[in-house]
Amino acid sequence: MSQQPTATELSLNLDEPVDQRPPLLLGDNSFRGITEAVCRPVEWVPPRGWYIFFGVSLALLGVLVLSTAYLFYMGTGVWGLNNPVGWGWAIVNFVFWVGIGHAGTLISAILFLFRQRWRTSINRFAEAMTIFAVMCALLFPTIHVGRVWVIYWALPYPNQMGIWPNFRSPLLWDVFAVSIYGSVSLLFWYMGLLPDLATLRDRAKSQLRRVIYGIFALGWRGSHRHWQHYERAYLILAAISTPLVLSVHSIVSFDFAVSQLPGWHTTIFPPYFVAGAIFSGFAMVVTLMTIARTVFGLEHIVTRRHFENMAKVMLLTGSIVGYAYAMEFFIAWYSGNPFERFVFLNRAFGPYAWAYWIMVTCNVVVPQTFWFKRLRRSLLWLFIASILVNIGMWFERFVITVTSLHRDFLPSSWDYYSPTFWDVCALVGSFGLFFTMFSLFVRFLPQVAMAEVKAIVPAAHVDHATLHPAAPHAATLPPVPGAPAAPGAAPAEPLATPASLPQEA
Amino acid sequence: MAERAADPTWGVLAEFASPTALYRACEQLRDAGFTRWDAHSPFPVHGLDRAMGLRPSRLPWVVFGGAMLGAAGGLGLQWWTSTVAYPQVIAGKPHFSWPAFVPVTFELGVLAAALACVLGMLHFNRLPRLHHPIFRSARFEGVSDDRFFISIEAADPRFDRNATLGWLTQLGATHVELLDDEG
Repeated sequence: MSQQPTATELSLNLDEPVDQRPPLLLGDNSFRGITEAVCRPVEWVPPRGWYIFFGVSLALLGVLVLSTAYLFYMGTGVWGLNNPVGWGWAIVNFVFWVGIGHAGTLISAILFLFRQRWRTSINRFAEAMTIFAVMCALLFPTIHVGRVWVIYWALPYPNQMGIWPNFRSPLLWDVFAVSIYGSVSLLFWYMGLLPDLATLRDRAKSQLRRVIYGIFALGWRGSHRHWQHYERAYLILAAISTPLVLSVHSIVSFDFAVSQLPGWHTTIFPPYFVAGAIFSGFAMVVTLMTIARTVFGLEHIVTRRHFENMAKVMLLTGSIVGYAYAMEFFIAWYSGNPFERFVFLNRAFGPYAWAYWIMVTCNVVVPQTFWFKRLRRSLLWLFIASILVNIGMWFERFVITVTSLHRDFLPSSWDYYSPTFWDVCALVGSFGLFFTMFSLFVRFLPQVAMAEVKAIVPAAHVDHATLHPAAPHAATLPPVPGAPAAPGAAPAEPLATPASLPQEA
Repeated sequence: MAERAADPTWGVLAEFASPTALYRACEQLRDAGFTRWDAHSPFPVHGLDRAMGLRPSRLPWVVFGGAMLGAAGGLGLQWWTSTVAYPQVIAGKPHFSWPAFVPVTFELGVLAAALACVLGMLHFNRLPRLHHPIFRSARFEGVSDDRFFISIEAADPRFDRNATLGWLTQLGATHVELLDDEG
């Protein structure tokens, strides 16, 4: 709280100081200014760039729809799967997308619990990313089952066949973990949106907008009796989302780790997967945010300081991932298990060495550049690095899945797996789904949690120093307060001592 | 009928210029013993619970109950399906191989807790409620932007049309208005 700069400092401080912590928000950060800046993209006719972006996304979504229709018609034979490699791009894409989602929950929940207030500028955006990423993730296990029309057999429901799902299977844990993760993220996101939907309702110019935003705002009226329960609910949701997000990617890693296959059967997988998920998710937030803040003019709310912090998280999680790669190799050697050793040597020097080294370059080398402050603060480098990291993280899942499978215990069944046109279509199409949802989100919903950002600006704090010297006389019905009919501004009380001034200048 | 015509007032709405002014006024209202009143702000004003004399939310208990029910239901479902409804020996494990049931039990506990949390919050707040007399005020639209209000219901035993209005002005309200009930 003491690091909050004063209002005058903020309005002057367009250039961030080097040796002291830069402010969380720059420029016009009056309450009205924040509302205007965040609502503008929702209320104005979007720029031409939005239409182009939305059009391209929609076209890619079309690719997804067509390729999925073809897949359902023909069967999974249209993909490049072969006999040893029974899990291909579908599972790779699934893990990739779930992982991306995790940064959103980390930002909204874990950073909230740690009182990292810089999160307020990016949490809405990151939560939206989570939801869309989980939608993409859920798509792949659904379409990869072959007979998709009976996918509901994975759910425990009384049926005429008299059978129930096998709850000992990590694949079933996955059904629960990912769908519940999606549901809880959606609840968390929607609850966070309530006050901002009320803002859009109150600002609506047309009756249609007023009614639609009004219905979704559920009649929110900023009541403090409501805020009290609301803040408690927010805290609780953050507290339960934190173990949830850790459990979800642990369970995703169980898909591999619980099997008996060398390369998959390792206890390091849960923490390693969780770190990788946060790593890739932050990279995706950086990629998207770099574009969105420029297109929608939110540079003063999402500042370089936010990017620098995200770079630090990427450095940390990228280093954990690098450590995990090294530890896998160490254990492969240390275990003395010839199969284990073979798999890892094959991974780094076998037919898929190219994929392995792409992965190492992108995930281990690239984040190490974030030790340098200048690179952490270079938006161009961050943008490039974030894309490289996501390429690397996709390849990580590819390497884990395919290199462990393609040379199994019986050399006569070894094979080389390559994707087909339809594999590529599914991956590219899933980006279409993701970006279509994102375009709609930035068009119709506030990208920044206004109520939360307002709560961290200096003017939001109650100035107890000026309050309390004057307050002690407990009021009965008609008391005579110190300053009758004064417009209630903070320095209304003459008793304010100089020591009380730093909060509000 | 005559009574309604005589006093269709729902209550009074007073606007304050800053969180500090709002806080000060809330302390006074609390100390004056008002019960049916509320503060309205675009964001949760830190510490206002105390200034209003609100008791802590009971929501954690609801969530705890939800979590326990969800987890118990999840474990019960897995126990029942794998021992009673459809007993199968899988990987040589006992029918009730509970360690394998931990993930789904946990996830269902989390799901029920989250649902209890959001639905409980809405229940305590009596939301959704799309219409409310307070929305009759045109100024109140600013509550989700940059304005701060206190509302006192006419149903409050300490409410007195004229005295309360004047008093709120004395407390630093920049604007005071009476609001009609829906009737």
